[in-house]
Amino acid sequence: MYGKGLKPLSIATVAALALSLSLVFFYAPLDADQGFVQKIFYLHVPLAIVALLGFVAGGVFAIAHLRSGDSKWDAYSYVSIHMSVIFGVAVLITGAIWAKASWGHWWVWDEPTLVSFLIVFLMYATYYPFRYAIEDRDRQARYASVFAITAGAFVPLNFMAVRMAESLVHPRTFATAEGGLPAEMMLTFLVSLGATGLLWTTLVKFELTAKSASGQLKRLRRALDAPPSGGSSRVAPEVS
Amino acid sequence: MLDLLPIAAPALPLDEAGKYVAGAYIVFLALILIYVAIMAAKLQRIERELRELAGFAESRADGDGQAATEPERESADV
Repeated sequence: MYGKGLKPLSIATVAALALSLSLVFFYAPLDADQGFVQKIFYLHVPLAIVALLGFVAGGVFAIAHLRSGDSKWDAYSYVSIHMSVIFGVAVLITGAIWAKASWGHWWVWDEPTLVSFLIVFLMYATYYPFRYAIEDRDRQARYASVFAITAGAFVPLNFMAVRMAESLVHPRTFATAEGGLPAEMMLTFLVSLGATGLLWTTLVKFELTAKSASGQLKRLRRALDAPPSGGSSRVAPEVS
Repeated sequence: MLDLLPIAAPALPLDEAGKYVAGAYIVFLALILIYVAIMAAKLQRIERELRELAGFAESRADGDGQAATEPERESADV
């Protein structure tokens, strides 16, 4: 059920990533200020945007779960957050490398953008122990949904607070009075953003498919172990 | 505090910047590969369990078939 369309999506993702890398290294001009190091921008910023949107998506799926009670939405919420945490690790590492290359420091604690992302990341890192501390599956799913909604609402608030804060060193690339990116850089950035979004979607679908298969396998094992009596046809993936 | 404000850091030359850019992209690739490897291991486990269950179901079906034919044989004997 979840695996439907995974193959074309995977092919589209690989093609989009190849196009994105080609544009980054062979089309986008060198930045006048940062030079070649600025190429990290096309990796780091799309990863950060997609990770934050994934956290918000996790909250939206959690709302659908609480409204409908359907465990499918809980699985969507869990996998969205899980994938965004992985992307978040990539954001923190690539950001640190970029910071070291252009600022001379791996981390700057005075910078609101960096610290706020770290706070969001650490907040979502607590999602796993919070979720798995609860044994009852229904309660676990409900409490995790409440967490996902609350934390998901915090993400845009946090983003707005950072935009309003005065930055010391982190550049404000978009929607600034000084103007945005040149056309070639903007095109490359948008393609990179699309490719990263596709990658996130593909990996989410991949993980949902694996979880669904694992859940069905468990049900099959239970059905074979138990004496014959009707059986269930639920196919929502189990989060474990 | 001022030494924590690296605004004035000049652009790195290509040979030095290349290491950082390569590092960032390799980290990203490594994370994706690690994730895919973990998922591949999970899928292999699922496949193995599925084979076990299929074998179990087949052996149970064979057992049921034999059990179903037993009474017929008994009645034929009588």
